[in-house]
Formats: sequence, C-alpha cells, structure tokens
Amino acid sequence: MIANETIEKAAYDVMTKAAIDIPEDYLNGIKGMVDMEKGDLSAFVLKAMIDNWEAATEDRRPMCADTGLPRYFIKVGNEAKFDGGFVGFERALRSATARATHDVPLRPNRVHPLWRHDHNNNVGLNAPEVEWSFEPDADWIDITTVHKGGLFGTDYRMLFPGDGIDGIKRFFLDTLIAFGKRGLACQPAIVGVGLGGSKDICMVLGKQAACLRPVGDKNPDPKVAELEDELKELGNNIGMGAMGFVGSSMCVDVHVECGFTHTGGMPMSVHTFCLSSRRATARIHADGSIEYRTDPKWFTPYMRRETIGWDSQEAASSKSA
Amino acid sequence: MGQSGSGLKQVSLNLPAKPEDIAALELGSVVYLNGVVYTAREGVYQKVIGEGQPLPVDLTGLSNVNFHCSPAAAQTDDGGYRIGGVTATASFRFSKWMKQWLELTGTKIVIGKGGMPSEDYKKTLAPMGAVYLTTVGYGTGALLGRGIKGVRDVFWIDELGIAQAMWLFDVENFGPFIVDSDLAGNSLFAQHGEQVNANIDQLYEGLKPPALHRYGETGDRTDEVM
Repeated sequence: MIANETIEKAAYDVMTKAAIDIPEDYLNGIKGMVDMEKGDLSAFVLKAMIDNWEAATEDRRPMCADTGLPRYFIKVGNEAKFDGGFVGFERALRSATARATHDVPLRPNRVHPLWRHDHNNNVGLNAPEVEWSFEPDADWIDITTVHKGGLFGTDYRMLFPGDGIDGIKRFFLDTLIAFGKRGLACQPAIVGVGLGGSKDICMVLGKQAACLRPVGDKNPDPKVAELEDELKELGNNIGMGAMGFVGSSMCVDVHVECGFTHTGGMPMSVHTFCLSSRRATARIHADGSIEYRTDPKWFTPYMRRETIGWDSQEAASSKSA
Repeated sequence: MGQSGSGLKQVSLNLPAKPEDIAALELGSVVYLNGVVYTAREGVYQKVIGEGQPLPVDLTGLSNVNFHCSPAAAQTDDGGYRIGGVTATASFRFSKWMKQWLELTGTKIVIGKGGMPSEDYKKTLAPMGAVYLTTVGYGTGALLGRGIKGVRDVFWIDELGIAQAMWLFDVENFGPFIVDSDLAGNSLFAQHGEQVNANIDQLYEGLKPPALHRYGETGDRTDEVM
C-alpha cells in the first residue's frame, strides 16, 4: 500500500527537479543545435542558455523565473494500491505544489482570470491540472510534472480531409512563424503536434506530444515518424533561430500524436515546449521506494491502443511482427 | 558567463545610465548592468497611470532602468525575500503606458521580453533618450538571478502579489541582455524579422493552398502587430 506521504514527497521532488534540472535528452539536443547554428546572435543565445542551465544546477535555482503553469500527468498501474483513494491522491498533489512553490521557489503564476487574485502557491480553481492515465499489469504509480509557460506558441485549427499533409505542413509553419518572432515561443523547443480527436483532445494530444516524449523518440507508426522528420526539417528551414534572430534553431524535435476524429474534419494543434524543457518523473513502486527519471514513458502501447480490448501478449506479438 | 568565443560586442554599464552611455549602445551588443534596477508591469502601470497613485519611491538618481519582470521569489522567515531566478515578461503589451511612464520616471532603459513595436521606439523611446534591451533566450533566470545581490525594497506586494509587485533590486554584472533599439529608433528584432520574412514565400512553395480560405489564412505579412 503506497502512503499519501510518499505520493506527496514524490510530487514535491519532481516539482523541484523539473524547475532546476534540464533533462539530458533535451540538453544534448540543444548542444547539437549550437554546433550547427550559423547565425551569430542565435548561437550566442543558445550558449547563454547552456551557461544558464549550468548556473541553475550549481546554485539549485530555477532555470527560468517563469516557472509556468505547473501540472501533473499521473499514470496509475491497474494493480497499484494507495491510501486515501483518488481524492487523497489529488490532495497530496495540490499540497506538494503549494509547498514547492514556496520552497524552490516557483513563481506564483496562477491567478483568477477575472479578479486576478493570487494565492501565491499555484493552487486554485482547476489548478494545478491533473491528467490521469492507466497502465495494465503494473503495480507502480508514475508522477510526472511539467512546468510549461502558457501564453505563446500554441495554436489550433480545424483543417479538413481535403487539406491533407500539405495543410498540416502549412499550419505547422504558420504557427512557428507567428509565434517564433522575437522568440515569444522560446525556440528552439520540442514541438508537439496533435492530429485528430475532438477539439479538446486534439489540444491535449499536442501538449502531451511536446511535453512527455524525450528528444529522439519516434512515433511507432513509420509514416507518422516520417511526418515528424519532415516537419522538423521544415521548421529548421524557416530561417529563424533562437529569439527569432536569423538562424536555423527552431525545432529540437517534432513529435506527432494522433487520435481518431470526425470523418469530416482534421483538427490539428501545435505546441512548442519551452527553451527550458521542464519535465521530471517519479515512479513509486509498490514497496514505497521512489525512482526518479526524465523520460515519462507516457505513450505506452496501451495508451496508443486501437482495438476494443487489451491483451499485452497480443500487443507484444503484433509489435514484433 | 557565455562571453568567451562570441564575436558580439560586450558592454558593462553603471546605473543610473548616463546619456552618453546610452547613446553609444549599438544594436546587437551584449550588455551587463551594475546598480539599481526596478520592476514595473501592468499592475504598477495601472496603479500609477490608470489610478493616479503617486510613485512609492523617488526614482531620480536611484534607477532609470525599468525591468518588465516578475521574479520567482519567496518571503523568508525574517521578513526578507529570497530571489530564485528572474526573467522578463512580454513587453509589447505595455505600449499604451510607455510614454507617460517615461515622462513620470525619467526611465532611460527598458528591459523585457520580445521588444516593443518599432513604432514605439521611433515615436516614444528614442525621442525621450531611451532604449530597449531584451533578455536572452528568455529563460536565463538562473544567470540573471545570480546578478541580483539583494532586494533593496518592494512595494504593493500585498495588493499585487509577488509577480506584479514593484521590486527594487541591487544588481551586479546583471545580464546578459541584448540591445534591441538605439536612439535612432532602429529595431534589431524588426531587422531580423524582415530577413526571415524574405525567405518565407519559398517555404510555402509546393504546398497546395488550404481547402478553404478562412480568416487567418493570409500570406500577407506586411501588417503584423509585432
């Protein structure tokens, strides 16, 4: 039985780690881009970012003062047992957010949209968001947090089947160009694309594609993986680098996630994660031990299942076939 | 930090900045600051300009640098403040307050994220002897945090919260920032944006036009807000 205190500790720790420690996959991706960047200002910005991440690690202070809108992605093993039920779980997450906001410190960004009052702890109406998912044949719980800014770099459009792949590419470019000017989207970043689903799920898929898959990860569908490569090349050929200065550093990686959608539509969302890609995951094992990592392993075969039922044996054999 | 190997010009300024130092700033130069910097964004502008409240502190001789910033900060048990990191917020949305604010405070350097519309540089900042510096990468919160040596004062924190309060920071080797505008009203961001725009038509070549021509699907980039 996993205790509430363990959940709160893991959640508090990932809030801290996400704010301060750059995920290695992302850091290596940026270093690769510095080597290729020809624009002098864009290259200067990227080198300054690397200095900044080193300073953050040494000083144990946040990489960016805009610590975004903290949120959680929780994957619960179907066999996991924990105290207090899901209500207790959410309470632990909210408490961890408030404590981490004071201790790290995170910037208290969450305010009421109309009255603008601020609890100074990032907890409020519908905040922090908690997204739940489940994993068969597992007795652990994965707690992932992402500190993503909220103002720029994200857009949605209802395309139509007739727009096809060209329409997807056009909207991808439209979004990166519109938000990449003056670096409002804080590129280079991992760019997530959501294709299909309903409008709201399209946004969710795109955000998860940006924030929950490490650099270098490919969609298991080879044709979708090919589209990911094409979009990345297209983005890096806009002629725009870090902060919108002339250059080539736009996409560290592009991840696409799909959901079955309405037969008449092709909804699409684009999300740029930030230049300090802030994510951290803790796995709580059944015995209460906690293991930390930077790869959320969110999009499991179960998450991408297409059939009515779920049989892990069947999935394993179809994957190897 | 980050200075070695860069071909960009580096400048260190003592604050309050002198007119001749500001006049010498060139687009694209990298700047570090020493002295006192204050923060003001929509909450402060609304109070002082919108509601006509007096400035809580006489800035004359103390600071002529307005940082569009909100710190990641927390109150300590002894009533002081711990600053984790600081970064900027997008400046273009503060255009409507800038003219009155510069007149009222004598501010000569505005620092923030993303620059301001070129029009503002030509019509407001440059004629008043002021320039705009942008933070770098926008996420250099730890580097900038290191440059803050202390909190000299903070105003309106109870009403406006940590993010919107008016902070006075003592800073040393505070940066890096990049010069976006000069006293001729030129804008580095605008210059780079024009170069990028020149390539864009090529990118769309070969992609068939959208199925429908809805609002927002224009290829015309001559009338962008920023």
